[in-house]
Amino acid sequence: MTRVSLTVNGQRVSAEVEGRTLLVQLLREHLRLTGTHVGCDTSQCGCCTVHLNGKGVKSCTVLAASCEGATVTTIEGLAPEGKLHPMQEAFREHHALQCGFCTPGMIMSAVDMVRRKGNELDEHTVREQLEGNICRCTGYHNIVKAIQAGAVAMKRT
Amino acid sequence: MYDFSYHKPASLDEAASLISGRDDVKLLAGGMSLIPALKLRLATYSDLVDLGAIDALKGIRREGNTLVIGAMTPHAEVVASAEVERAIPALAELAGGIGDPLVRNRGTMGGSIANADPAADYPASVLGLAATVVTNRREIAADQFFLGLFETALKPGEIITAVRFPIPEAAAYCKFPQPASRFALAGVFVAKTAGGVRVAVTGAGPSVFRFKEAEAALAKKFDPAALDGIEVRPDGLNSDIHASAEYRASCVVVLARRAVMKAREAGAR
Repeated sequence: MTRVSLTVNGQRVSAEVEGRTLLVQLLREHLRLTGTHVGCDTSQCGCCTVHLNGKGVKSCTVLAASCEGATVTTIEGLAPEGKLHPMQEAFREHHALQCGFCTPGMIMSAVDMVRRKGNELDEHTVREQLEGNICRCTGYHNIVKAIQAGAVAMKRT
Repeated sequence: MYDFSYHKPASLDEAASLISGRDDVKLLAGGMSLIPALKLRLATYSDLVDLGAIDALKGIRREGNTLVIGAMTPHAEVVASAEVERAIPALAELAGGIGDPLVRNRGTMGGSIANADPAADYPASVLGLAATVVTNRREIAADQFFLGLFETALKPGEIITAVRFPIPEAAAYCKFPQPASRFALAGVFVAKTAGGVRVAVTGAGPSVFRFKEAEAALAKKFDPAALDGIEVRPDGLNSDIHASAEYRASCVVVLARRAVMKAREAGAR
């Protein structure tokens, strides 16, 4: 067992983990932050996407022990308590979900996309850059619209 | 995934001593291939040595007519690097087609080539550009580095520190991605240099290989038409549920033509 200390959603936390403990297990099972989902557990679906030191990663394929000293943001920490982040608001506004299972990962991935590609995103860019996130309900149409709108809204805030 | 002891050394020497003389210890780079393999219990190790804290292994720099990329540089940094875009835009484009953006934030050049997945993209650029793989012990020419299926010239205890890419006159990479995984069903990297033309093929065989007939034809005339009548024999190529060996053989020639066309357009800019 190793003790790992990191900052999650602005709070200093620490936990005893095994070498094999995944970041997503640390978040969900140790810290009870269950907004981050496990879909495929094979780094394909993107449901477990969080920001690690500011960059989008699939937390099912990151070792918790490797996050010593790191800063992690999950869907719970994206906006202050009781408020929605502009990207969350855009997903609500454009009805960019059906069952909602993939939504936390979609939103964390969308915010990372804005970091990499800026606030003006054309449809092609969004679809291409969303390659790492799978939704089995919506057909992506409203997700793409929401990300474009959310990206613009993030510029205003 | 079976449990293991986790180590995160701060220096290359410390990493080297942790793996020295032990075959049940594995180096961890970005983990994008290793962690899934551990989960599937395709591999199991007593210890993992994470190279993520060794700053000397990171970064991109130009040294004269060579682009040097640190082994622990993530794909996303190669994609976004102005230095790479100026020197070898084909390499940035190739990196931008690996996996997906979230994978590219973690996966590294050193991890990719040490793993030597037969369908990985980076090996095509390393072999196509006649790059040099630099380790903590020596320098290995690309032609001597990739030996077979998941097999490289790396010796036990050896750690890749960087890859040195000579800057070509023109280069391009074309791949036919498997639609779900984005791994190359076949991918062809073409490079035109003062010393000649090199054509490297990934995804089609058990390991990346040079398409020498195409190289000879393109050395005479760097034009897609130079490949007219040239074929790849399917013997020994990969055949699986995604594509037969014959299909891959056909893809290689088509992709080689497209890569030449793309390299010519890029060169004419």
